[in-house]
Amino acid sequence: MDIFLQQVINGLTLGAVYAVVALGYTMVYGIIQLINFAHGEVVMIGAMVALTVINALAKSGLSPVTVVLAGTGCAIPVCMLVGYAMERLAYRPLRRAPRLAPLITAIGVSIILQHLALLVWSRNVLAFPQIVDLRVFHVAGARISNVQLAIIVVCVAMMAGLAVLVYRTRLGAAMRATAQNPQVAGLMGIDIDRVIAATFAIGAALAAVAGVMVGTYYGVAQYTMGSILGLKAFSAAVLGGIGNVPGAMLGGVLMGVVEALGAGYIGSFTDLCRYGWLARLIGERCADGGHFVLFGSNYQDVFAFAVLILVLVLRPSGLLGERVGERA
Amino acid sequence: MSLLEVRALEVHYGGIRAVKGIDLDVEPGELVCLIGANGAGKSSMLRAICGLVHGVRGSVRYAGEEISGLAVHERPRRGLVMVPEGRGIFPQLTVAENLAIGAYARRDPDVRDDLERTYRLFARLAERRTQTGGTLSGGEQQMLAIGRALMSRPRLLLLDEPSMGLAPLMVAKILATVREIARQGVTILLVEQNAKLALEIASRGYVMESGAITLAADAASLLADPRVREAYLGEGAA
Repeated sequence: MDIFLQQVINGLTLGAVYAVVALGYTMVYGIIQLINFAHGEVVMIGAMVALTVINALAKSGLSPVTVVLAGTGCAIPVCMLVGYAMERLAYRPLRRAPRLAPLITAIGVSIILQHLALLVWSRNVLAFPQIVDLRVFHVAGARISNVQLAIIVVCVAMMAGLAVLVYRTRLGAAMRATAQNPQVAGLMGIDIDRVIAATFAIGAALAAVAGVMVGTYYGVAQYTMGSILGLKAFSAAVLGGIGNVPGAMLGGVLMGVVEALGAGYIGSFTDLCRYGWLARLIGERCADGGHFVLFGSNYQDVFAFAVLILVLVLRPSGLLGERVGERA
Repeated sequence: MSLLEVRALEVHYGGIRAVKGIDLDVEPGELVCLIGANGAGKSSMLRAICGLVHGVRGSVRYAGEEISGLAVHERPRRGLVMVPEGRGIFPQLTVAENLAIGAYARRDPDVRDDLERTYRLFARLAERRTQTGGTLSGGEQQMLAIGRALMSRPRLLLLDEPSMGLAPLMVAKILATVREIARQGVTILLVEQNAKLALEIASRGYVMESGAITLAADAASLLADPRVREAYLGEGAA
């Protein structure tokens, strides 16, 4: 089996999901310069709502695809409502406050949402019902499942849809105008409160679908699942250049691939037995093809944050983020 | 009935009174200019009319309706549009997108005709319609800002320092365009530091000094007034 190709496929799957979540961070940042730390929790709520619906319908005799679509169909409006409510209740009253205030509020919203989820769905790791028959295709020595394919296709379709929305519609033009100069946008007749609320709702809808995909992919969901996922997607948004829509897409996919390759190779690269003099030093544990692995694939989360730190040090504006400086 | 009727308007920033009780009228079809030195409160007054500042007292009536309590975006929907100081174009939107934003509040089918009219008025914009606003020169950006405002079909156009930062030739060109727009029937309130050019195209003028109106007359008499000549036209008293 080709490990490299396999990890690239896994990374693209994961990266597509990161990209969709990163879009929520970057759109909100672009329009009100707020890092919405509660965005990861919206992903979690999407997964939880879908899980509840799918569980309820699992034995209904409906086709698996219908059941998953029904779960997604319920998750999307719930998450949009959550996204809208957090903007309306938590962030809008702070629009004129110093930037630190909404940032801290975002952390507070994140904690509130997590604990609401804890009350509703318990602290247990919940199993996502495996109703879709897993089918695996072999491509050039690597394996790709129908679920992975579906995730990639759905993510690409959503990103394309979002690009059309942002760059080709009236609402999209209003969003970009508001991001560049909210005061003048208002002077041109744009109701910026509505545009900002719409931005939150759209980001939350994307997060809902991402939540369903993550839940289906890993087969589990828990009330804490949003925080690490959210931080990684945020890192992806920073990698692409926060505030930049194509950047979030690129950053997400790159982040997924980096993480998958990192997880795939860190074990063999930190296997001390690979290195002759160390192997001699270690002695018999390395004999007969033995291993002395320092870091295993459970360190995969490190890569996203290593990338975040590297970006912040080397290119704080991100890969496509030259626009940040222009915003006055 | 005046199109714009400002009464006892005050603007407070913290403890400072930037505008100290101003009365000002603009009749339909007029081109009125408001001149005054830097910091006299001209921009504060325009921003107050547009609802951009807080701490405003007094009354602003537009087309017979009290508008001081309206949200910012409600004004352009009624035909009251401002071209802000510093132009305020959207630097990453294309020229065409900037103009389309100007027509944001409209749903009528004439938008396309107005777009063609705007491109006829500013041929430079037509040449650059796919370029982003940020790549235009200062004068072109001012044309874009005015064109964008025209796309909303204003009844009353407020212009805040359209000549600021432009080369003399471009200033003359922009002000000639302003006169042309007025001739086409748009009522205009023009705020300018370039008093001479502003008074030459206006029918009436107000002079503002440290937050208050000190002179109000038709433009010709202001141009002839020794106080104006001395303070704003750079001439010693005769």
